[in-house]
Amino acid sequence: MKDLGSDVFLRFDNVKKTYDQKNLVVKGFDMDVQDGEFITLLGPSGSGKTTVLMMLAGFESVTSGDIAIAGKSITRTAPNKRNIGMVFQNYALFPHMTVAENLAYPLTVRKLPKPQIKARVAEYLDLVELSSFGNRRPGQLSGGQRQRVALARAMIFEPTLILMDEPLGALDKNLREQMQFEITRLHKKLGFTVIYVTHDQTEALSMSDRIAVFNDGVVQQCAPPSELYERPVNAFVADFIGENNFVPGRVTSLQGSTAQVQTEGGPLVAQAAEGLVQGQACRVSIRPEKLFIPPTSHAHDNALTVRFNTRIYVGDFIRYYFKMPDGTDIIVKVLNDLSAPEFADNAEAQLLWLASDCIAFPAS
Amino acid sequence: MTSLDTGLSRADAQNAAREVRKRKVQAFLFVVPLLVFVVLAFVAPIATMLYRSVHNPTVANLVPETLAALSDWSGETLPDDAVLTQFAVDLKRMANDRTSGQIADEINRALPGMSSVVKATARSLRRVDDADLATNGAALLLAANDRWAEPDTWRALKAAGRVYTADYYLTSVDLEHTAGGGIVQRDTQIYKKLYVKTLRMALIITLLTILLGYPLAFYMAHASDGLANFLMVFVLLPFWTSLLVRTTAWIALLQTNGVVNSTLMATGITDAPIEMLYTEFSTIIAMTHILLPFMVLPLYAVMRGIDSSFMRAAISMGSRPLGAWYKIYLPMSLPGLSAGALLVFIISVGYYITPALVGGTDGQMISNIIAFHMRESNNWELAAALGSLLLLLILLLYWLFDRFVGTDNIKLG
Repeated sequence: MKDLGSDVFLRFDNVKKTYDQKNLVVKGFDMDVQDGEFITLLGPSGSGKTTVLMMLAGFESVTSGDIAIAGKSITRTAPNKRNIGMVFQNYALFPHMTVAENLAYPLTVRKLPKPQIKARVAEYLDLVELSSFGNRRPGQLSGGQRQRVALARAMIFEPTLILMDEPLGALDKNLREQMQFEITRLHKKLGFTVIYVTHDQTEALSMSDRIAVFNDGVVQQCAPPSELYERPVNAFVADFIGENNFVPGRVTSLQGSTAQVQTEGGPLVAQAAEGLVQGQACRVSIRPEKLFIPPTSHAHDNALTVRFNTRIYVGDFIRYYFKMPDGTDIIVKVLNDLSAPEFADNAEAQLLWLASDCIAFPAS
Repeated sequence: MTSLDTGLSRADAQNAAREVRKRKVQAFLFVVPLLVFVVLAFVAPIATMLYRSVHNPTVANLVPETLAALSDWSGETLPDDAVLTQFAVDLKRMANDRTSGQIADEINRALPGMSSVVKATARSLRRVDDADLATNGAALLLAANDRWAEPDTWRALKAAGRVYTADYYLTSVDLEHTAGGGIVQRDTQIYKKLYVKTLRMALIITLLTILLGYPLAFYMAHASDGLANFLMVFVLLPFWTSLLVRTTAWIALLQTNGVVNSTLMATGITDAPIEMLYTEFSTIIAMTHILLPFMVLPLYAVMRGIDSSFMRAAISMGSRPLGAWYKIYLPMSLPGLSAGALLVFIISVGYYITPALVGGTDGQMISNIIAFHMRESNNWELAAALGSLLLLLILLLYWLFDRFVGTDNIKLG
């Protein structure tokens, strides 16, 4: 995947950043982005993802390494010369200008002729379905409308790249979903390259072509959403993306990519993560929705005996909480249909799953 | 929908109305103490000042009969003997009451040079017998001084006797009544020049505080919290030291053998000391220093609320930093700038103590002249007229400001 050759549009080459000359906030960031890709930088706060975005936009200097767009280094280019569109969490719409004036701003500073500006503003207002709002002030718009104006303003000067810094962070859940759809639609339609920063994994999973998961200034994994979810490379990614159960155990034998693990609840077969060695303490990750409670018609390789703790009704799902003999909590998500079983308090239960659905990571 | 449809009965409506009334009364009670204080300490004094600037009953109280007799007088020739006699009688009474000095001052204001005439005549009439005065009053008066034979003198008395007069306002703008009732420029032009000078100085001070305060506020708004708070202490420090001490410190700095002059001479920039104290320059520099916090505080409060993403957004869209500042940041910080400028300008227009201490004759402002008329020349009516005019001027400027900038653009934080 690294070998994108001449298709590489944006390249981060061993980019490092320190603020205090002691600690690196970003530790050697490498990434190649293709033209038209939707890349999400995902990670907990303080993981360095926003710093990477700010270095790309030019608002933070690069301590060492290089950032290049279309083969040309932009590390020393002034931010106003980089031709990068940006969408901010607080929208950053200029409150003293109308929506149309906001959209015209990047064109005005580029000294485009007036009729052309007017036509382009109308075109982009239409694109974000706000044609009749041109004369309003940002203060008179709803959150979703403001976000769409901010999007249009970032796109209107046809930048080489659009950066979005948690653009949906200030919206409520429903609007956020609408806007995710809106951004995806515009991305598909216009085909621009997006670098998107968020700490919301649902957002990241549903919109991105690839996601770079950040932690502690390092990219833990950069992969398409399904691979990230199904095949996390380490325990952090497995834990950070989606929900996961971790069953502690010890590797008894290792055959190729399959590991035999002995746990308190019995022996298990799991996919072996990179770096796993025989005899090592490990954690077997298994997603709550991949676990089944008998009677079930699903095939299975592993079975674990646990005790029922409690169940929580969440509407479309029922969450079951089980305890292993050593006290580890196991969560199971069961669709709220007729098959959702009832348990007496502390009743013994069996959990079944496929070996291909669980991964054994070295215990850290 | 009628009230029946909504299920709201008449009693319900009354209850609701009573509740609203109760809340209004409560709200009013909360502000009563302040209201009383404001009326007593603000509205009443200003009303008194406005009233005093047009109301001067001194002469009318001293010589009511003379003024009554003068009311029919045409003003062209010398008044009747009866009027003169009545005034002679009044003058003797006032000489004995020791109030002749007051009337001398009042007539003197209308016609300069009359003070000594009135006082001398009063002294000479005091010795005259009452009966003699009642019959020969006119002749005695004319004999006491030639000026009593001039119609101008009596016109001055009649003018001074008017209870309500706009003369003080005319004086405030360097105008006066002529004998014929017209209005002309006074020979000495003082007040108009002083108003212009006061406004000019206030404007310079406001511009200087903007020039010094805006970059500082900008820097503080973008500094870390710790550094901003540290710098804020220095902005507030002037507030915590006595105004008098700070002004005196400027005297120590700027005087002929002061710190600034010694430094300039030691470094060889000048050979002889420069006269900086007791000039317009020293007033402006000291007032700029004193009023700087009034500019920095509202600016800082407003700038603190402007997220850095606005400038970044503008720059990312291709605007040069200076252009982004002018188009985006400046309009957004304008509420703080207007508040600070208005505050500094209005305070400096009415400033008294600093010009009084470091201004000398050159750096005096309108408030110093008002104080002079209150304390030295005892012309409270003129002081009131000058003060009222100043108030009017400020209201006018505020109105202009509202027209062109808008008062909803003022923000203190």
